[in-house]
Amino acid sequence: MLNAALPAKKQASKASRRFWRNPAAIVGLVLITLLVLIAALASVISPDPIVQNLSNRLLPPSSEHWLGTDQLGRSVWGRVAHGAALSLQVGVIVTLISVSVGVLVGLLAGTFGGIWDNVLMRVTDIFFAFPSLILAMAIAAALGPSLTNTIIAVAIVNWPSYARLVRAQALALREREFVEAARAIGTSRLGIALRHVLPNTLTPVLIQASFDIGQAILTAAGLSFIGFGAQPPTPEWGAMVSETRNFISEAPWASSAPAIAILLAVLAFNLVGDGLRDALDPRNTH
Amino acid sequence: MLNYTIRRLFFVLFVVWGVSVATFFLSQVVPGDPALVALGDKATDEMIANFRVKNGLDKPVVAQYFSYVGRLLQGDLGTSLRTGRPIIDDLRDFFPGTLELSITALLIAALIGIPAGILAALNQNRPPDFIIRFLALIGGATPIYWLAILLLEFLHNKLRILPGPGRLDAYLIAPTRVTGFVGIDALLARDWQVFGDSLAHLILPAFVLGAFSSALLARMTRASMLETLSQDFIRTARSKGVSQSQVVIKHALRNAFLPVLTVLGGVLGGLLSGAVLTETIFSWPGVGRYTTDAAISLDFPAVMGVTLLAGMAYSIINLVTDLLYALFDPRITYA
Repeated sequence: MLNAALPAKKQASKASRRFWRNPAAIVGLVLITLLVLIAALASVISPDPIVQNLSNRLLPPSSEHWLGTDQLGRSVWGRVAHGAALSLQVGVIVTLISVSVGVLVGLLAGTFGGIWDNVLMRVTDIFFAFPSLILAMAIAAALGPSLTNTIIAVAIVNWPSYARLVRAQALALREREFVEAARAIGTSRLGIALRHVLPNTLTPVLIQASFDIGQAILTAAGLSFIGFGAQPPTPEWGAMVSETRNFISEAPWASSAPAIAILLAVLAFNLVGDGLRDALDPRNTH
Repeated sequence: MLNYTIRRLFFVLFVVWGVSVATFFLSQVVPGDPALVALGDKATDEMIANFRVKNGLDKPVVAQYFSYVGRLLQGDLGTSLRTGRPIIDDLRDFFPGTLELSITALLIAALIGIPAGILAALNQNRPPDFIIRFLALIGGATPIYWLAILLLEFLHNKLRILPGPGRLDAYLIAPTRVTGFVGIDALLARDWQVFGDSLAHLILPAFVLGAFSSALLARMTRASMLETLSQDFIRTARSKGVSQSQVVIKHALRNAFLPVLTVLGGVLGGLLSGAVLTETIFSWPGVGRYTTDAAISLDFPAVMGVTLLAGMAYSIINLVTDLLYALFDPRITYA
């Protein structure tokens, strides 16, 4: 946690300076910016991802087809670029849902304690007991394979870690002087939760969330790879690797380009996550 | 310690009960009709009605749940709609494959990840550290199915130095099943050719499955080692003139290993998830592939069975890790 002795403004500027001096974090940020730009401008800067042209099957990368073509003659660059928006959406929406649910549950459990804490945390424990991909696959299979259901499945798998994180923070804060002071002047428990506990849990949540966006992209792509996520011809990266895997010897670019896109996206969010942790939580830095 | 263990065992029971409720609830939201899945499109209305009565699908949901739990308590996970066999028998066949793969993967991950993490920590901010951190970053972000496809293409199809998918070459006959672990069964049968082949078949899938975890372990070990090396007792040992190797082996490693131990449990759970992808690509007859096949054909009793057992296994792994933690660190006592 941040050093409580320093005023908040000074801490923030120190943290921001530490972040901007971290070359790995800047690389991550540049990669994310590039991804967002590609996602936003995909239809302007890349060809149609769906239109097939069988006379152009499995062409190697060239000035006309930057990343070559796949087994149906579609531009791999077009598909990777259009897939960027899908993957980013999945990563961000999954994380938003998991953060909202997890923070709410953790805050209620940590601030109200007693029966609330017991019931909510036991539910959290049950969700923690599943290996993530098996649970996500079961949910995606139950709801039917689609990108929306993948988002729901991965969010259900991801929220418990936020609940634990926020609860632990809330418990630690409960003993702090400023919370005791708030209690002494008669602030309600809800008021304490919203005004004092919530703002102080945002830093660890932000750090965790930046890692989780990348992990959500990786899990969702894995689900699509085994057939439970986006369905063809959707240009989703995991599904693209799966569709083109049988052509790896003739056209390695067709499956490698989306796979490298996944790698770079996950890497970018991990680097930013590392950078944020190092900047905001220097005691945990190595 | 005994009290704590008993309390934790109750907790495991509670979690398993919760897992049974969650899996049962999930099976209720399946859009496909299990009767149609089991009997096929050509089933008559009468056949469907009979199937529903026979499997208790005509009863209210709560009654279905209680009869499900009743069967579970007798060790009956139900019958797979796809294979038509008791699920527990299916899992008995497939589980050794996954265990063999996961344990080898964990070994590979530990053998690569832990020494790499130590090496990086001892060379902080020097080239070995940068290289290991870079590789760990890449390893943690690489989709393992792509790594699997690439390695199969180069090491099997192109260079022919490692065997392809499956647990044994097609021309070999699997040894008589004793333990279900092909390697061990081959050893028991003194069939050296099958033993060698089964080990060779294990290398690629286990490496692929362990790659992600080795990256995680390298990062954890490095962080934990750096934390330990900056502690006062290390400085004291150094100031007393203890050699670098003694400091690392005698003082730092033992302390640095504790946080690593806590992630090992999680790593094993992660391997169960990873097995879904790895087994699918390597046509590995394990629980991961069984679950994928079951989920694709909406065989929900089988998916529920696996999810339930996985939840149970995960809770027990966590319990064992916590107990080991106490064993390794005498400062930790559980009231």
